Amino acid sequence: MAIHRFYLTYSQEQIKEPVIYQVARKYDVITNIRGASISDHIGIVALELEGEEDVIDEAVAWIAEQGIKVEPIQKNVIE
Amino acid sequence: MSFVTGLKCRECGESYEIAALNVCEYCFGPLEVQYDYAGIKAAVSRETIEARPQNLWRYRELLPIETEPRIGLYSGYTPLVKAERLAAELGVDELYVKDDSVNHPTFSYKDRVVSVAITKAIELGFDTVSCASTGNLANSVSAHAARAGLRCFIFIPDNLEQGKVIGSGIYKPTTVAISGNYDDVNRLCTEIADKYKWAFVNINLRPFYTEGAKTYGFEVAEQLGWKLPQHMVIPTAGGTILPKVAKAFEELIDVGLVDAAPSRIYSAQAGGCAPVVNAIHRKSDLIEPVKPNTIAKSIAIGNPADGYYVIKAVEKSGGWGESVTDDEIIAGIHLLARTEGIFTEPAGGTTVAVTKKLIEQGRIPRDESIVISVTGNGYKTIEAVAPGIPKPQVIPAKLSDFDALYEAAGEPPLSDKAVNG
Ligand SMILES: Cc1ncc(COP(=O)(O)O)c(C=O)c1O
Ligand SMILES: [Zn+2]
Repeated sequence: MAIHRFYLTYSQEQIKEPVIYQVARKYDVITNIRGASISDHIGIVALELEGEEDVIDEAVAWIAEQGIKVEPIQKNVIE
Repeated sequence: MSFVTGLKCRECGESYEIAALNVCEYCFGPLEVQYDYAGIKAAVSRETIEARPQNLWRYRELLPIETEPRIGLYSGYTPLVKAERLAAELGVDELYVKDDSVNHPTFSYKDRVVSVAITKAIELGFDTVSCASTGNLANSVSAHAARAGLRCFIFIPDNLEQGKVIGSGIYKPTTVAISGNYDDVNRLCTEIADKYKWAFVNINLRPFYTEGAKTYGFEVAEQLGWKLPQHMVIPTAGGTILPKVAKAFEELIDVGLVDAAPSRIYSAQAGGCAPVVNAIHRKSDLIEPVKPNTIAKSIAIGNPADGYYVIKAVEKSGGWGESVTDDEIIAGIHLLARTEGIFTEPAGGTTVAVTKKLIEQGRIPRDESIVISVTGNGYKTIEAVAPGIPKPQVIPAKLSDFDALYEAAGEPPLSDKAVNG
């Protein structure tokens, strides 16, 4: 089992979608929200995912397919 | 003698022991080094600092190391150039360029943060250092690791230009090019950092690494005669240097080395990658990530780790943020070279162009002191300016051919020109 931590960045329209609920139903991952900020422009959610490495990878890929930006909590590390 | 007391979460305030750790276990907030400022105040004076070697360790009480510095002994203490010809061009009275284009050994401000991070890595017992970088950071980590005799891994996207690979490759790190889109490459780099417990200078050593950027601000104040500049324009990429210069100024006041005085700080970004400046203009502190599209590659970070703290530092100082187009950036590089004889990369062209814009907007008054941050060297990015440099005129090796060319150019005779000035 591994734990990875991400920031999800939602656009205005996506904020209404229950993506975190759906990802936990679709994949064998435990979701744990650690923080969130929402403005009229965007929403940012700090999310922890716990599960097998490859299942987390699949879950992340699925969230990204929904048009949500998924980044590590360090954000951009390529400087 | 060290005055470091520990690490603390910038968001929830949770305390941690000194370790290679950069995010809070509870709230994911970034960790920051804590110091005993009363102890520092009693230990330092202008005289003790001035008597020390001219490198970034002259401010060591305010840096997060416990032992003698082992690397970076020639880094920092770069020139603060009084820029009179540029000042005349911009129509201002008192202008300086803080010139890290000549920082040792890899010609960018990154030699400061990397000197501190690698010294810390050695203190913490690491034998391997690493980073993910497309340019200046990789150059600096590779060079310092070579000198320290450490193993070094550099991670890059697989579409990086040859020239940038060589600038690090010469120091013989192990370089790994990763294919995939930016977000995937970025995510993999953090997973590697998580799994291989090496010293990733800008990830798990980030609290120490970022402290090194304060030295840029300490030096500006010392070189101004222990005074803060009234206005300072700083580039923003990942968001390290700007908040740390602001912190440096506050610390100098706290420990009694300079008098408190207003010092406004301005963030400069390229229009093609301006997530922080956009947020400042929206009067928001939520950063909307962008996909970079600019020639200013060294500062093109679409979702900066510390962008939020840039906004807060700018706000607190009473400053502002501006962005400029690629054409303005190139014009800025040319302007600095033509007036001051300094060749900077697009990051420096950005700060020059943004300073010009802020002066024209009236945000920076013309009669107050201004410092422009030049953080990188133009010789690394010649492709950015190459198209604008006229081709040399070719003549046969005969004096009469030069005479003909000289007359055709309509230049005044040499004797009329100031030869000595
Ligand atoms: C030349 C140069 N200037 C400025 C920066 C600013 O960086 P940051 O905001 O991450 O401190 C960088 C970093 O990537 C750089 O390479
Ligand atoms: Zn915290």
